[in-house]
Amino acid sequence: MSFHPNEVQRRGRTASFLLVGAFTFLASAFFRTQILEHAAYNLQSETNRLREVPLPAPRAIIYDRHGAVIAENLPGYSVSILSRSSDSLRVALTGLAGVITLSPEQMEAAVRRFKQAPNRPTVILADASFDVVSVLEEHRVDFPGLIIQAAPKRYYPDKEAVASFVGYTGEITESELNQRQNRGYKSGQEIGKAGLERQYEEQLRGKEGTHFVEVDARGRVVGEAGGRRDIAPESPDPLYTNIDLDLQRFAATLFGDTLQGGVMAVDPKTGEVLAIHSAPSFDPNRFIGGVSTSYYSQLRDDPRRPLYNKVIQGLYPPGSTFKLATAIMGLEAGIVGLDDHMPQPCTGGYFFGNRYFRCWDKRGHGDVNLRQAIEKSCDVYFYQLGLRIGINKMLAGGVTLKMRDKSGIDLPNEKQPLWPYAAEYFNKRYGPGGWSNGVLLSLAIGQGENSQTVANMARFYTALATDGSVVRPEIVKRQTERTRLFQLTTDQMDGLKAAMAGVVSSRGTAASAQIQGVVIAGKTGTAQSGVFRNGVELNHAWFTGYAPADDPKIVVAVMLEQVPFHGSVAALIASKMIEHYLKRPTIQGAQLEGD
Amino acid sequence: MNRKSVSDYPLVILALLLSAYGIAVVYSAGQTDFPVPYIVGAWKRQLGWFVLSLAAGYVLFRASVRLVEWMTLYLYMLSIFLLVITLIFGSGAGTAASVKGWLTIGGVRIGQPAELAKLTVVLMLARVLAARKEAPKSLLDLWKPALVVGGPWLLIMAQPDLGTGIVFIGIFFALLYWSGVSWQLLALIASPAVSLILAFNTGLWGAWFLILIALVLYYRPYIVEGVVLVLANVAMGVIAPLLWERLAPYQQRRLLVFLDPSADPRASGYHVLQSQVAIGSGGWFGKGYTLGTQKRLAFLPAQHTDFIFSVVGEELGFIGVTIALALFLMLFMRVVRVASRANDSFGSLVAFGLGASWFVHVLVNVGMTLNLMPITGIPLPFFSYGGSFMLASWLAIGMLLRISNEGRGRADSLAV
Repeated sequence: MSFHPNEVQRRGRTASFLLVGAFTFLASAFFRTQILEHAAYNLQSETNRLREVPLPAPRAIIYDRHGAVIAENLPGYSVSILSRSSDSLRVALTGLAGVITLSPEQMEAAVRRFKQAPNRPTVILADASFDVVSVLEEHRVDFPGLIIQAAPKRYYPDKEAVASFVGYTGEITESELNQRQNRGYKSGQEIGKAGLERQYEEQLRGKEGTHFVEVDARGRVVGEAGGRRDIAPESPDPLYTNIDLDLQRFAATLFGDTLQGGVMAVDPKTGEVLAIHSAPSFDPNRFIGGVSTSYYSQLRDDPRRPLYNKVIQGLYPPGSTFKLATAIMGLEAGIVGLDDHMPQPCTGGYFFGNRYFRCWDKRGHGDVNLRQAIEKSCDVYFYQLGLRIGINKMLAGGVTLKMRDKSGIDLPNEKQPLWPYAAEYFNKRYGPGGWSNGVLLSLAIGQGENSQTVANMARFYTALATDGSVVRPEIVKRQTERTRLFQLTTDQMDGLKAAMAGVVSSRGTAASAQIQGVVIAGKTGTAQSGVFRNGVELNHAWFTGYAPADDPKIVVAVMLEQVPFHGSVAALIASKMIEHYLKRPTIQGAQLEGD
Repeated sequence: MNRKSVSDYPLVILALLLSAYGIAVVYSAGQTDFPVPYIVGAWKRQLGWFVLSLAAGYVLFRASVRLVEWMTLYLYMLSIFLLVITLIFGSGAGTAASVKGWLTIGGVRIGQPAELAKLTVVLMLARVLAARKEAPKSLLDLWKPALVVGGPWLLIMAQPDLGTGIVFIGIFFALLYWSGVSWQLLALIASPAVSLILAFNTGLWGAWFLILIALVLYYRPYIVEGVVLVLANVAMGVIAPLLWERLAPYQQRRLLVFLDPSADPRASGYHVLQSQVAIGSGGWFGKGYTLGTQKRLAFLPAQHTDFIFSVVGEELGFIGVTIALALFLMLFMRVVRVASRANDSFGSLVAFGLGASWFVHVLVNVGMTLNLMPITGIPLPFFSYGGSFMLASWLAIGMLLRISNEGRGRADSLAV
């Protein structure tokens, strides 16, 4: 090599320059990363090490009108786990299954939850028993990402008695999650699934809090995150309902274990729903934290359909309870007067065309006026009244009387009643000329193309109990909404009310439903169900009425589904409820709490 | 001149400071929330190796440069031999389990012959270049140096260990430069590699090709050499992309993995990101010694070996990084000084070669933690946990001190 000192010195200087240059480059790269981009990397490092563990908020307590608890929260435990991948989650789940009982469905559900929200702790058991929790605490070291935390658990002290309207909560599904994308819902959370829990979800749900934990690269929980304070969950204000829990419980006991059907009691002046029950019912507490497959299939396969709300979802021909609607149409149009008779007296049936339409009482009611026809529920009288009203007025009248409208009660999934909007309906269904005015006879007595919910019939009778305007039924206090349905003279109105009071008198069809000291007014109904048992067609037995007749405080609509008896039995149930409501000592909330 | 006692204090103090800094960081690397026993105890073993290395370095310091020069050929042959048997009987370790870098006898890992080879290649190359009266002026003149580096390089690449391969290339160019080879010739030698990299951008490659032609015309090598050079560049520029594009993505990935198994793009991409996060989150002063969360929570890969500098960045911040880099820079400046003042060409070349070897390590390793360099599993001198490298580094310090002592004028009597 050329080793002259001068040359070597020169090369040494060049090498030194290169060294300084290279190190300046490295140092400036570190300066950029550590100083200029520090904030971004610091955030990333925090995100790396901190995981947010949600602190579930208790849902709002639901009270009845007197302050008795309908839905509350009990202390419970939830078990969840932090994982880095679905594979490591599966490994952890398999390990957990060796310590506690975990069904394959629960494991699959956990993996599904993980995929929806991989950065949140994956809920494994939403409602773990104390035994499970203590076993897991013993094995805590084996499952580093395990999080056991207190999670308020929904509880309905009155179980079956309140299920019809309060509903229940459950884990949010993927589609519910998608619908509520921007409303802060997250996978694994509880959401109202039915009844008030669903209707008032936004008011009932609390605001989830956050607890920060430090995790390592494999998702193992290292400890509490120092410096980051927890965000406490927020519990919403309680929800006050108009329900009279005492009456509600009483209604449930009246149905017992054998009767099926629905009942709704409402204050005709305010629309406040005092009681609403569908029988048979179910225990909503068993839905909390995930309903078991066996219980769910038991409910689903029960022919009496406990999950189906017979008050707002069941559609039944209203039968003779509809006769008041027919009477109103006749009176309002001036076609008939309260004391008018029909051309043909009731001899137990009526010939129309070549068909014989029977009255429910084969013995016949003789020559009756409108008042008597209502008291005795004479079909033959109403056949003729219906023919006199005519098809167009009849159908239009039904629409005006809101026989096509939902009651508007504040519960989800109410069904719309069936009532033909116009004669065109029959043309479309049977073809022009394919039907006759015979349909009028059926419609006039609440049969035929007419299916109503118990809730809508209850609403209709709030108009009869007052001045002809209906009130929207409300479980939770809202703005009262009254709508005028019909306009009758005071005499006509009083006459109809007297006739309905006559129904629940020794003269009427609900004679046995009379109670001491209170005059009940109403109308029985017995509709064919189309269901036969032992060769006998079963009925839907109705009673819709109010009391006291002179100053109505309660409207009750009762429908007994597929029973071998008549509306008089439904009237009995209604009268018991009215008696219980009006005659019991004044109730104070505090006294009820201990019930 | 007392040749028995160390006189180049700056050099030895810098090396001691770097070693102490390194061992302290190796200790911190073991402080994690889920401790790995092997890494927790690493600092003690590293300390043991350090003491052993000091002794070995002192022994070499006592050996005269002439003795080392005399032994060079035998040491070189020995390291070639060790590399060959490692290739046959070697085993992998740690993050590079598929790389046969460890000499293993009866299941016991003895050491990494590549570390020895780095030293002996420097010595052998220095000997070959020092034997020439003139610096190589043509490609033909370079066949001997090329052979000296090329043999062990192929054996290393067969392990395969891309990182050490890069170090060898660095040593090769550094020593050619120090022996007086002109920069134009160095550029010509490097040109095919530049073509290979630039080939993926046609415009850049075209520009480079024009520069190359100008270089060839200016430098006027032998006709054959010139033609071979240009053809090599054309081949790299035209064929490489064509071949590359014919490969399916998974094949391309496999090729990259073949070049360096530790460089699985997905996994290493994650690791480099975590390393950048660690360093970036350190800020000015860091999160505090042993307190780095990225490290504690195992987001950092190989925090006691390849990514040890990320721990420095996270826990000691920009200040700690600057101190480490400054120590390295001062050490290298000192080495350049030793090389400049050596009293013979062999010593001068050895000194410069040893420094160049460290420099490549630092540049690639530190650059890798910020994703400025590909991940090649190359350790950081004095810092990364590992006995062989610590030993080799202190042997080099011993040799440098000796060369410094034998140099023109006493190093400590001269101004820096």
